[in-house]
Amino acid sequence: MATTAVPAERGAPELATPRSPRRRTKPGAAKARSNFELYAWVFMRISGLLLFFLVLGHLFIMNVLDGGVQRVNFGFVAGRWASPFWRTWDLVMLLLAELHGTNGLRTVINDYAERAQTRFWLKMLLYTSAFLVVTLGTLVIFTFDPDL
Amino acid sequence: MWSWVAHRITGVLVFFFLFAHVLDTALVRVSPSSYNEVIEVYKSPIVNLLEVGLVAAVLFHALNGIRIILIDFWESGPKYQKQMLYIELVLFVVLLVPAAYRMLLHTAETLFGSAT
Repeated sequence: MATTAVPAERGAPELATPRSPRRRTKPGAAKARSNFELYAWVFMRISGLLLFFLVLGHLFIMNVLDGGVQRVNFGFVAGRWASPFWRTWDLVMLLLAELHGTNGLRTVINDYAERAQTRFWLKMLLYTSAFLVVTLGTLVIFTFDPDL
Repeated sequence: MWSWVAHRITGVLVFFFLFAHVLDTALVRVSPSSYNEVIEVYKSPIVNLLEVGLVAAVLFHALNGIRIILIDFWESGPKYQKQMLYIELVLFVVLLVPAAYRMLLHTAETLFGSAT
């Protein structure tokens, strides 16, 4: 780490490195710490970079290229999903976007919902909707039937 | 500061749209006609304007996200964050204007027929 603690002789309090795991227990007590927030922070940046290309590409193809949204219908979807490439694109985009968005909303809830009970129930609602969206979306991509 | 607020607002908006979008796309598993019916809504002029708004929200969030990544991982990122914001805003306008034009043109041509 580039940042070193402030020398003790100056009498300043020792500051933890930014984003170092929060101590939930008194120093020296039994450990109850996790690096979840660090991994979430890294995930937001990696998934964000991938989504930059996946989502902007998706919007460009679907809304700008050729006839845009005017040419989209069941046949158009069937034509695209005949290719494993676009099925994979859509699946990866769905999973990354939903997780990225869920983690983003988790942060927003933690920041603005002041009561612990409110935070808890809003996050339960969030995780339920995320589970529903991921499950339904994945199922649709894998079980799509062009001859329906 | 305001770019941080805008990042949050656009992020939340796009998240809610994603929820609706996965549900409407799931109709391809119900029947071609029910999917086509709901996609017709996306083709109407008013909703098409909302789609331009969606593209604007996603584009801002995407460009600002790249700026955040650069601030976090590029050693000179924090020093140039303001300049990067200006570049971001220029890119936002330069990319959004032609995209919005094409999107609205497709819808206008469907409504009134092609100009050529």
